Amino acid sequence: MGKWTRRAFITAGVAAGGVVVFGVAIRRGDRAEKVRGLVAADGEALFDVWLKIAPDNTITAIIPHADMGQGVHTALAMMLADELDADWSTMRFQEAPAHKEFANYSLAREFSAPGMDFPSWLIDTVDGVFFRATQAMGVQITGGSLSVRTTGQVAMRVTGAAARAVLLEAAANEWGVPVSELGAGNGMIRHAATGREAGFAHFAPAAAMLPLPDKPALKSPDEFRIIGTSPPRFDVPAKVDGSAEFGIDASLPGMKHAAVKAAPVFGGRVLSVDESSIQDFPGVRKAVNLDDAVAVIADGYWQAHKALDKLAIEFSDGGNGAITQESIFERFAEDLDSAAAEGRENSDFVSGDAAAALGAAARVLEAEYRVPFLAHAPMEPMNCTAWVHDELCELWLGTQNPLGFARQVAKAVGMDPSQVIVHNQYLGGGFGRRAFDDFAIQAARIAANAPYPVKLVWSREEDMRHDHYRQASISRFRGGLDAAGNAIAWHNHYVIKHDPEEAPHIPYAIANKAIVYSESETHVPWGFWRSVDHSLHAFFTESFIDELAAAAGRDAYEYRRELLAGESRFVAVLDLAAEKAGWGDSLPANVGRGIAIHRSFGTIVAQVVEVEIVDGKPMARRVVCAVDPGYAVHPDNLAAQMESGIAFGLTAALYGEISIAGGAVAQSNFHDYRMLRMNEAPAVETHIINGGGLLGGAGEPGTPPIAPAFTNAIFDATGIRIRELPVSKHELRMRDVEDVA
Amino acid sequence: MITLSINGEPRALDVDPATPLLWVIRDYAGLTGTKFGCGVAQCGACIVHLDGGPVRSCVTPASAAVGRQVTTIEGIAEGSAGLHPVQQAWIDEQVPQCGYCQSGQIMAAVALLDRIPSPTDADIDRAMSSVICRCGTYPRIRKGIKRAAAAIAQPEAMESDDG
Repeated sequence: MGKWTRRAFITAGVAAGGVVVFGVAIRRGDRAEKVRGLVAADGEALFDVWLKIAPDNTITAIIPHADMGQGVHTALAMMLADELDADWSTMRFQEAPAHKEFANYSLAREFSAPGMDFPSWLIDTVDGVFFRATQAMGVQITGGSLSVRTTGQVAMRVTGAAARAVLLEAAANEWGVPVSELGAGNGMIRHAATGREAGFAHFAPAAAMLPLPDKPALKSPDEFRIIGTSPPRFDVPAKVDGSAEFGIDASLPGMKHAAVKAAPVFGGRVLSVDESSIQDFPGVRKAVNLDDAVAVIADGYWQAHKALDKLAIEFSDGGNGAITQESIFERFAEDLDSAAAEGRENSDFVSGDAAAALGAAARVLEAEYRVPFLAHAPMEPMNCTAWVHDELCELWLGTQNPLGFARQVAKAVGMDPSQVIVHNQYLGGGFGRRAFDDFAIQAARIAANAPYPVKLVWSREEDMRHDHYRQASISRFRGGLDAAGNAIAWHNHYVIKHDPEEAPHIPYAIANKAIVYSESETHVPWGFWRSVDHSLHAFFTESFIDELAAAAGRDAYEYRRELLAGESRFVAVLDLAAEKAGWGDSLPANVGRGIAIHRSFGTIVAQVVEVEIVDGKPMARRVVCAVDPGYAVHPDNLAAQMESGIAFGLTAALYGEISIAGGAVAQSNFHDYRMLRMNEAPAVETHIINGGGLLGGAGEPGTPPIAPAFTNAIFDATGIRIRELPVSKHELRMRDVEDVA
Repeated sequence: MITLSINGEPRALDVDPATPLLWVIRDYAGLTGTKFGCGVAQCGACIVHLDGGPVRSCVTPASAAVGRQVTTIEGIAEGSAGLHPVQQAWIDEQVPQCGYCQSGQIMAAVALLDRIPSPTDADIDRAMSSVICRCGTYPRIRKGIKRAAAAIAQPEAMESDDG
């Protein structure tokens, strides 16, 4: 991964060696009000995205997003290259450093654009506490399936198109011909009438002196040459030979290693540490009391880990030591009961009069669904290398939010954010976990106690027990059917709302809907988990609509299809999934088929799952996935993200359960927080519709529909309706996976 | 002090021989392609070869590798600049996502193909189900193994296949 220095940034324009740099700038006076206020002074510019044209005509896209396997570097470079009419074979990329100049102002800019469908949790971050408190410190977040949707659409394409426009203008000036007679393609500019031709690099220095157009014309989809193709991803070669540098691979001269143990019960504190218990351990440097955790620094990680294991530490439980999973669910149920009894529910979405329609319904169905807490469990445990020196704190780690981390680390070690430098590495899985800075703050505080760099690595057990968890929840439904079995009322009351706001909403034309919620605090830290609230609500709503269909004696696909009348894009996606899956074709007795559809992050996904019941265990054999993201920038990568989202959601549906015992997480490692494995992974077919309109996300939308499609298939095969996840809790007896290592 | 042969190179390392091979390879030999995932032989991110066979280096003491050939992801390529057919197949099928588990996946796949040159789906399940991929790249790993098997069987035929 290339390096990009602050100095080079300041001298941007025509840089050393004849390299020419273009960027999208938002300046004071920008028409977007909310962005304008973020720029401190006249002449100050905030840049999102850069492209560099080198004298040898190689073009480098500088991209302000982390790659955690979602292929964002490649997809974003493609969007820039296409508008520029670059030669893809000469495209390179660099990840932008965590400097405020690279903040995602495209996020703020898009937020200010009227009518934009924008996830509310990011609005809070963009426009909320961070910006109010620090004005122009900025954010540089990778999450919310937003990289392509915002940076790509707003910044990369505009940058490419603007640069193309001034390159053409420079060529027109040099050759003394009208711009309209020039053509650009594959990194070259041509004048057909005279046969003249030269590379972008030839015109770049002159082009850099021309004013960039404010609103360059962007291509229409029929003009795309690179967008919509599937070139190999930039990041893959380094990931097959061991050379990709993840956070855990950072190495500095004189570096020591640290292991850490936090108070097992959330809210607990360190009461005492007896360092004498490890004084004879070889290689051990010291123990560091972090108030709610204790770290041991040693010459090697294994030495630190072993010593920490033997270190005598006494923790308090913060008064939470009696909390159990049962008590949490009881509390949820009580809070739902009392809110309903007293009419204190918070309104989420209401149309018509659900109560009256339920009263008039020929038939009312009631169901209660439950989901557990979930951990992210990325394969790379949390880790961070920190070096506090010369009034700086340097960090090497994988993060989804480098600038946010820098701010919080600065606060924790008593520095100014400008003194914290984040060197972002490849992320060994993110899924939302690496948006939370707890491990980086620990590393910085440990290193602040040491005259050398320290690499902190969490054990898997620490990672499992000190995550920021997807919430557990209860969701209750009442559905009303008329005499013909048509759905006329939908009442849904659930506990705990985060984001996105629309996650519990349904696309179905049911005349009377009341979707309401109640809050119910727990002491368990919450975090964004791939698809956030969609991960639970799709299971709830797509299961209950299936229940209504079954109660009406109707086909699950046809029933949905009728209720989607008028939502033509939903219908197209649903139809494609059903058609490709052979919906309605006969199946063996022990095989069932289930369907679900859900829109999240602007992308509609329908999935049909075939489940085979083998020795009481449901095995997902085949998943047919239809997806409409508006336009697939990189179709193979979109398919890869669907495969990934399906495996992630299926893992959770089948096995995922974090439970609380004695106030602490009961699970510890992959033997009791199980993952889908090769022999359980279904074949996945992805079929893409380019439905047009705003671009949707790719990283998250594959996850929400898989749990209900899977459990609906179990219902089809067995008649058993799964209303509580994970499936492994249920009477379908689960066969253990033989460990064949 | 302990002497290990890693990727054909003798390495004298100042480390307690009871230390797991994983940490010796990563922290003392400086080869970071082998990954820490679970520490308890559950995930396979740490798989290396001992005399050609796959082992979980996180639970294998370094002393157990003395006098044997240790091979890591950095040591499986054939020739100076080439790639092992499994690595090439991983690129052709665009297998990795986050990439963190892939060293272990590739080491397990190479060992499988050494033992069974034309594995069936059941063979692949048996050999690979102990290696976790949180990104869910399993369908592509399966394709990658089949592609590599074909390439090893008929190297010339694969050269013109641009995948």
